[in-house]
Amino acid sequence: MRAFALYGLKRLGQFALVVFVGINIAYLITHATPIDPVEQSIATVTAYGNASPEAITLMRASLRELYGMTGTPIEQYANFWRRIARADFGPSLSAFPTPVTTLIARALPWTIGLMLTATLLAWALGNLLGGLAGYYREHRGLRAMGMVAMGLHPIPYYIVAFVLLVVFGYLWPVLPISGGSAMNLRQAVDFGHAISIVQHSVLPAAGLILVGVGGWFLGMRSLVSNVVTEDYVTYAELGGVARGRILRSYVMRNALMPQVTGLAMSLGTIFNGAIITEQVFGYPGVGSLLVAAVYAGDYGLVLGVTTISIIGVSAAVLLIDLAYPLFDPRVEHD
Amino acid sequence: MFRILRDLLKTNGEFALGAALTGLVFVIAALSFVSPQPPLDVYVVPPDLPPGWPYVFGTTSRGQDVFWQLTFAIRNTLLFGLTVALLSRVISLVVGLLSGYKGGWVDRLLMSINDTFIVIPLLPILVLLYFVMRDRMTWGWLALTMALLGWAYDARLIRSVALSLRHRDFTRTSVFSGMSTREILQREHMPYVLPIVFSTTLNNMNWSIGLEVTLAVLGFTDINSPSIGGMIYWANQHTALVAGIWWWIAFPVALVMMVFIGLYLLAVSLNEYIDPRSRLSRMGIGA
Repeated sequence: MRAFALYGLKRLGQFALVVFVGINIAYLITHATPIDPVEQSIATVTAYGNASPEAITLMRASLRELYGMTGTPIEQYANFWRRIARADFGPSLSAFPTPVTTLIARALPWTIGLMLTATLLAWALGNLLGGLAGYYREHRGLRAMGMVAMGLHPIPYYIVAFVLLVVFGYLWPVLPISGGSAMNLRQAVDFGHAISIVQHSVLPAAGLILVGVGGWFLGMRSLVSNVVTEDYVTYAELGGVARGRILRSYVMRNALMPQVTGLAMSLGTIFNGAIITEQVFGYPGVGSLLVAAVYAGDYGLVLGVTTISIIGVSAAVLLIDLAYPLFDPRVEHD
Repeated sequence: MFRILRDLLKTNGEFALGAALTGLVFVIAALSFVSPQPPLDVYVVPPDLPPGWPYVFGTTSRGQDVFWQLTFAIRNTLLFGLTVALLSRVISLVVGLLSGYKGGWVDRLLMSINDTFIVIPLLPILVLLYFVMRDRMTWGWLALTMALLGWAYDARLIRSVALSLRHRDFTRTSVFSGMSTREILQREHMPYVLPIVFSTTLNNMNWSIGLEVTLAVLGFTDINSPSIGGMIYWANQHTALVAGIWWWIAFPVALVMMVFIGLYLLAVSLNEYIDPRSRLSRMGIGA
């Protein structure tokens, strides 16, 4: 138990480091780039019409305060952290006066639901098929699947999502291509609404799964083909253990460990994919919110989504890391 | 060197396909130097013409020839990927080699920073960067930022190779003959990791091109200089698919998919070549 506590403490330290570095990058971008975001915003506003010089001065003052650019650099830095610690990103400019945190809280369940389902499905499917393909090397179907995985794996989410959109929205329109659920339904917890949510999530999830599954498949296949050459596998085969059992309890079980670590490592990229997929399919999650916020020039919302994403992704990684000893008891004795 | 390439082409189907795709893409990019049309001008040809002669890939609603526009776009996109990959290679080489050679607390410190950069979700950060920079966002800035943030995964791979070099005899000999750490890493260890650096370069190009296309499609880069993502962005702005101008989107998407698959196949087959175990299994010796 002490070993686990030590392990957990280490992972917690790593989590704190990720959040610290991530927030500092956000600070550097907003405060240390040679470009003044306040002047940029004012230029955008004044481009659409005239404003009196007094109004511009007032606007500059309130924008400077909103962007946290008043006071000495040390005060600015402290203020930046204070706002994040309190999760206070001010009111949203594009949906005034709703607080940014309310908007994010509304969008977050959609993103988490979509990502969780798609990531777990892709991971499970990729590992299962990859394990089979590594063990039954001569199987025709599994070999063909390997070729498909290789072709799909390097293509970024945007392209796959876009092709899905064209195919299922334009060439063969069978699935809803936009939104989180049908608009004309009562937004309540009932059967019809649930069905509609599932229907709307099929295409976005399919995009994420199609891209994700290839990587897990290829990784698992090569891991398994390394494990099958180990002596204990040969021994089990000679001892007459059933092939299915060898694959399940001897080969896959051992090959799965690096894949769990891999899942934690890849979470950041998968999240990028979720943002893009949401934008393509108009899914009401954090990704659509981020893109809309940029178009609307809503600084608080952009900063809020960026910060919440950094914290959210590193928290998810922490959860996987903490669950790791369940799969591999050896970690505790390291 | 050339013999290895020739053998790979002959015996490894994946390598041959990857080389063919990448080669074709580079030829298309090179054609931009003989383009009859300036890349930034609009309404130089009749708009909305379907693929045919003399506009082989058709023309856009902005009066640009899709084919010649593509040559510029793919050249910029490849250049972008190459820049990010080369810049980030410097960081990942230094971190990977140092971490693997030094071990101990240096290794632990560098690797926890490394893992941090692996985990941080990049896209929101790049979007934030665009939000602050707006019109001042050039591809140079984007390349620099992505290089600064995108080295971590490959540093880990390089470290894993460097770890095995640390206890080899020649390393000890170099230490005893008074070489500095920098000299050992640069002259003794670097040649061993170069093959893997090369294959990570290809993967890193794919990664950065993918992100660039994504950002450009959303309009979050300098969309006026031609790039693959920029072309798709303008096509979307003119609702090309609804208007039936499918060639404006289909050809850029097809070309960039060729880049991804080509570079990826090259990287995979090189990795397989580098790893002696899989090389033996391909030759049919051992498992």
